[in-house]
Amino acid sequence: MQRIGVFICWCGSNIAATVDVEKVAEVIKSEPGVVYSANYQYMCSENGQQLIKQAIKEHNLTGIVVGACSPRMHEATFRKAAEAAGLNPYMVEIANIREHCSWIHKDMDEATEKAVILVRTAIAKVKLNAPLTAGESPVVKRALVIGGGIAGIQAALDIADAGFEVDIVEKNATIGGRMAQIDKTFPTLDCSACILTPKMVDCAQHEKIDILSYSEVEDVKGFVGNFSVTIRRKARYVDETKCTGCKICMEKCPSKKGLNTFNMGLNTRPAIHIPFAQAIPNVAVIDAEQCIKFKTGKCGICQKFCGVGAIDYEQKDSFIERQYGAIVVATGFKPIELTAFNEYGYADNKDVITSLELERLMNAAGPTNGVLLRPSDGQHPKVITFIQCVGSRDTSGCGKPYCSKICCMYTAKHAMLIREKYPDTEVHVFYIDVRTPGKNYDEFYRRAVEQYGVDYIKGMVGKVYNENGKLMVQGSNLIDNEQITIESDLVVLAAAIEPEPSVRKIATLLTASIDTNNFLTESHAKLRPVESPTAGVYLAGVCQGPKDIPETVSQASACAAKVIGLLAKDKLKTNPCVATPDETMCNGCSQCANVCAYGAITYVEKEFRLGGGKTEIRRVASVNPAVCQGCGACTVTCPSGAMDLKGFSSKQIMSEVDAICKK
Amino acid sequence: MTNEERVENINRLSGTDVRKCMKCGKCSGRCPAFKDMDIKPHQFVTKLGKGQIEELLESKSIWNCLSCMACVERCPRGVAPAAVIEAVRDTVVRMQGKNGIKAEEIPPIVDELIPQQLLVSAYRKYNK
Amino acid sequence: MQEVTTEKKEFTPNIVAFCCNWCSYAGADLAGSSRLTYPANVKIIRVPCSCRVNPTFVLKAFQQGADGVILCGCHPGDCHYVTGNYYTRRRMALLYSFLNYMGIEKERTRVEWVSAAEGARFSAVMNDFVAQVTALGENKRLTDLRVKEGE
Repeated sequence: MQRIGVFICWCGSNIAATVDVEKVAEVIKSEPGVVYSANYQYMCSENGQQLIKQAIKEHNLTGIVVGACSPRMHEATFRKAAEAAGLNPYMVEIANIREHCSWIHKDMDEATEKAVILVRTAIAKVKLNAPLTAGESPVVKRALVIGGGIAGIQAALDIADAGFEVDIVEKNATIGGRMAQIDKTFPTLDCSACILTPKMVDCAQHEKIDILSYSEVEDVKGFVGNFSVTIRRKARYVDETKCTGCKICMEKCPSKKGLNTFNMGLNTRPAIHIPFAQAIPNVAVIDAEQCIKFKTGKCGICQKFCGVGAIDYEQKDSFIERQYGAIVVATGFKPIELTAFNEYGYADNKDVITSLELERLMNAAGPTNGVLLRPSDGQHPKVITFIQCVGSRDTSGCGKPYCSKICCMYTAKHAMLIREKYPDTEVHVFYIDVRTPGKNYDEFYRRAVEQYGVDYIKGMVGKVYNENGKLMVQGSNLIDNEQITIESDLVVLAAAIEPEPSVRKIATLLTASIDTNNFLTESHAKLRPVESPTAGVYLAGVCQGPKDIPETVSQASACAAKVIGLLAKDKLKTNPCVATPDETMCNGCSQCANVCAYGAITYVEKEFRLGGGKTEIRRVASVNPAVCQGCGACTVTCPSGAMDLKGFSSKQIMSEVDAICKK
Repeated sequence: MTNEERVENINRLSGTDVRKCMKCGKCSGRCPAFKDMDIKPHQFVTKLGKGQIEELLESKSIWNCLSCMACVERCPRGVAPAAVIEAVRDTVVRMQGKNGIKAEEIPPIVDELIPQQLLVSAYRKYNK
Repeated sequence: MQEVTTEKKEFTPNIVAFCCNWCSYAGADLAGSSRLTYPANVKIIRVPCSCRVNPTFVLKAFQQGADGVILCGCHPGDCHYVTGNYYTRRRMALLYSFLNYMGIEKERTRVEWVSAAEGARFSAVMNDFVAQVTALGENKRLTDLRVKEGE
């Protein structure tokens, strides 16, 4: 006879405000098989767990049901508590009375009634639970970092320094990411390249790091500790092992009119190019769409001039497959498209630029060699107007509903740098709010106002229009309750940032959760901020949410710590909820093996006693518990009903259905 | 009608949720009739939020608003200042016991040069 | 004399929802944490994958008096177990024709794809399904007569 204990959690007022927890515990007492029922404010707390442990011992419980939050949240916690009290951890069931009940229903009677049914359902299931023991699986001691920006670089360096092999997969021809495009960094104003490029070199020289540039993740199989990843190495038409980065090809290439994407399209570059001087790897790449050889079949000048014979027009995309124990996603961001914001005239006026374009215009290695000249006529702008929150905090559908977090600070930085370098320039900033939480951040912003005399205007710009070659910026000044128009030479838009679009594909491959804004979801917003809900996948940088460089680096290092912790283990416990055949019923038809996506099912010849001293040899299914992932596809396919899934057996689910339908 | 009922009525007529406003001032930054307004578009939203509608009912702005909807178009938060102004205008018209113009009262020949926007605006102002 | 009031109780269908652990169950959790309401007569059973749901579970639910059964899984191509939801799709297509054959409105069952990020969609789907089943009324065709015994 089963002896079931039921524990109803209040979750403070999260459950107790809508579900009469005491009533639920009381009603459940009379359920057959229930010998103990209790309620407590926080079951997941130390005291709550103690209560469970004590009850298991005192009442000799054979199974427990916890009516609390989602099992995705605390199932592991309660299983651990049960185990500590000597109960098999798989004799625990969770009735989700928070996410699936108290949080979505407002009527107390209705919610209480539902909670009782949910707890009853869990009791029905736990009565049929069987003790299970977790198996073990080995850990591949190698990590994959997707994205070679500052997040990926930092994570890779930290993991490699701990002695584990790391591969960085970067879709562009060089690592460095967005940070390589930035001129100076707030709040210290160090030059971005000066602090980033040494780290890039460290990556290249680290014996444990393998940089796979111009590559993309094509397929991911497996699970935590045992991912098998197919990587597409895109054809760069240059042999990476031969190219010395001498740049003679760039000089000789006759097709020089390609937009320089590294410089945000502000100038041009040859078809064969190295993205920027400090690129890692320092190897050229051919843009096949621009290259004359690919378009017409004639040319081949770069091949002629290349001293080491690195050019290979016949190169094709190649695929490599590697095994990893853990994966770090660090795919980064891009500024949003501004086509929906025609009030700012970005598409119509060359001198309306984005902040990232301004970074390139102010960078010594940029298109103007660091001299701030406006794109239309190459003149020094005398009046510069910044507009903040372009597409951020926008619920109208044109932009993004979130705050992009970095714009307030980089706009203060830009304003300050311009006033420092060109004191005769007038700088205005239209803002809604100035958000500067962070160490030395508000001081930085105040310096822009107090020391550099930047004119901050509380209000938003309604329109930007061109009048006699001047950009007229019309907006409101809410403090003075005025509408003002500023005649400007250059307008800089602080465009919202969004996750790099390729993250969607990667999230799908990894079955990692993604939110409505395409940011990857962390396992817990506060307590597991760098883990994806998918085991073995970690998140670093803006792919998880808007953040600046210091935060990105911290998160990357946190990821590395988690990865190192995982790779340091030799074996991981595996899910014991796997398929298992009833050999007396199995007739060896092979249907289950046909549907198994993991190849976990094989067949063996076994001898069975028939009674009367006779035996029979039959072919029966056999499941490899280390490979089985426990999806249950085979259980439904099996025509004789021999295959069942531990922890989610047909009987258990049927009993749940019964409990729900019982009136 | 009490003041509270009037506030509620204006909220309902405008169909806009003034709490969504994040006080960026883009509406007033865009308004082409800004100079002719004693109470500015963004103030209609904030004052309605505070229930201070007496000033709004007496303002000149409700007659000077062009109903061009630029503020509605540009609002990043989906608030509609022009709809608030229209609701206030409508409230005033009803308080005066007027009915506004009817479709059949419109002169049979309307000057072709009259911008359509103006007709729409006239409808909005006088035909509620 | 006591006055007898025959208050006609509004019909609220009993709905069983099978949700896969990785997408739809998480989607339901997100609906919860976003406080997006749907009727309380929807009760969720957690399964590892939608392909764990045997069509007999659906029939069993109808037999036990459920008025509607909904299956939720990851979007096609997003299955945590690679191909599980494709099996679900095919199995349920077969079940539909079977239900038709038995004279049960196939609108009482539904397969929906809800990802872990689609809390709003989960709630919308549930609201819609409940409305659809409510319109169909009580499920009387397949209730097990034995269940009624002793009533």
